[in-house]
Amino acid sequence: MGFSAADLGAIWLTLRLATIVTLLLLLIGTPIAWWLAHTRSRLKGAIGAVVALPLVLPPTVLGFYLLVVMGPNGPVGQFTQSIGIGLLPFTFWGLVVASVFYSMPFVVQPIQNAFEAIGDRPLEVAATLRASPWDRFFSVALPLARPGFITASILGFAHTVGEFGVVLMIGGNIPDRTRVVSVQIYDHVEALEYTEAHWLAGSMLIFSFLVLLALYTFNQKRST
Amino acid sequence: MRARLASAIAGVVLGFGLPFAVAGEVVVAVAANFTAPMNIIATEFEKDTGHKATLAFGSSGRFYAQVKNGAPFQVFLSADDETPAKLAHDGLAEPASQFTYAIGSLVLWSAKPGFVDAKGDVLKSGKFTKLAIANPKTAPYGKAAIQTLTQLGLLASVEPKLVQGENIAQTFQFTQTGNADLGFVALSQVMKEGKVTEGSAWVVPAEMHEPIRQDVILLSTGRGNAAAEALMKYLRTDKARGVIRSFGYGL
Repeated sequence: MGFSAADLGAIWLTLRLATIVTLLLLLIGTPIAWWLAHTRSRLKGAIGAVVALPLVLPPTVLGFYLLVVMGPNGPVGQFTQSIGIGLLPFTFWGLVVASVFYSMPFVVQPIQNAFEAIGDRPLEVAATLRASPWDRFFSVALPLARPGFITASILGFAHTVGEFGVVLMIGGNIPDRTRVVSVQIYDHVEALEYTEAHWLAGSMLIFSFLVLLALYTFNQKRST
Repeated sequence: MRARLASAIAGVVLGFGLPFAVAGEVVVAVAANFTAPMNIIATEFEKDTGHKATLAFGSSGRFYAQVKNGAPFQVFLSADDETPAKLAHDGLAEPASQFTYAIGSLVLWSAKPGFVDAKGDVLKSGKFTKLAIANPKTAPYGKAAIQTLTQLGLLASVEPKLVQGENIAQTFQFTQTGNADLGFVALSQVMKEGKVTEGSAWVVPAEMHEPIRQDVILLSTGRGNAAAEALMKYLRTDKARGVIRSFGYGL
């Protein structure tokens, strides 16, 4: 007993999705985290809360609203149609967009914490040495915040792998395009194919354990 | 207390074979597609017999797993006829109690008025971008949709346009929100008081797919439970059948 072609397709798709989402989140999340860590704006609380919202909202609810917003009558759907890329639901890139929203807090918050922990002092010192703002960011802030970035990447990746409700709502269960591992396991269970479900679920469990083990080992090393 | 007594007496008067009705409770697992009619039936059942029916809605596959692992349901209204039979085979339900309480009707539906013609020719025209069906592996309506497409000789040509809902409720959401311009859904989802009120629809002729038999079974945990046995009987009454028919199910 091993993996069927459909199982392997789902695994490959999931890894691809999680990788792309993590990279995008690092690109989008870093400026947001930087802003949240340094701003004195009154909007800080509001933006921080919006970023954290996916933690509260049940995934199927979030998925349903994404379906409505990205649908032909929703604002995002009308925009994507008007620029000629069609509708996002039921496509791989639709999943990417949804996952970026869904995993956002898991990436932004560790990076924000790391930036806040560095504080203003090292950046001010760099400024007295005539480092430009970009130079200060890339040569001082980024290296010092490295542990935060690593935590953020691992959490963002793992959380996207474990995503289910959102994908279920906007994916449409299309093999090799939107049928990820979690949906495939659900299908096996619904079809009473418990052996196949155990195989996939077991592998996912081991994978998640290894990811979290790596995370905690790394954190321990850093603190000693 | 007096109301309960009165309804218990009403139960006797209406002749449900409960000469000494004592109000009891039955916990019922109900297939998601039967949500709307079952809510009405449960209310009427309570009024007529004094027994209380507590309803849990979900997918038949999940209920199977839950019943196997000790879920406290006494009656199971499945979306198919295989899952109840399987539970009976596993010794978790009473084989003799199984019967078909409703036969599902499949409908090709669009949220857009005038989009689906009376013969379903829109499928042949190919003038649509996405066709939603329920997962044929797990949902009887999905299986029926695939059989219909095969019968029409269109399966290969529409395959790239198919999107699957995990169950018939989700398939309906895909279609209702317009994300799929067409969907094979349950007639019960788009029918109100005997007609399709929204969008446009083609009711798929019953001979194009195997009948979607929805069976009910008394679970072993319900043996000897007066409320559970009364509900099994109640589902066969003309009143209950009338409700079931009004939602577009055959019988």
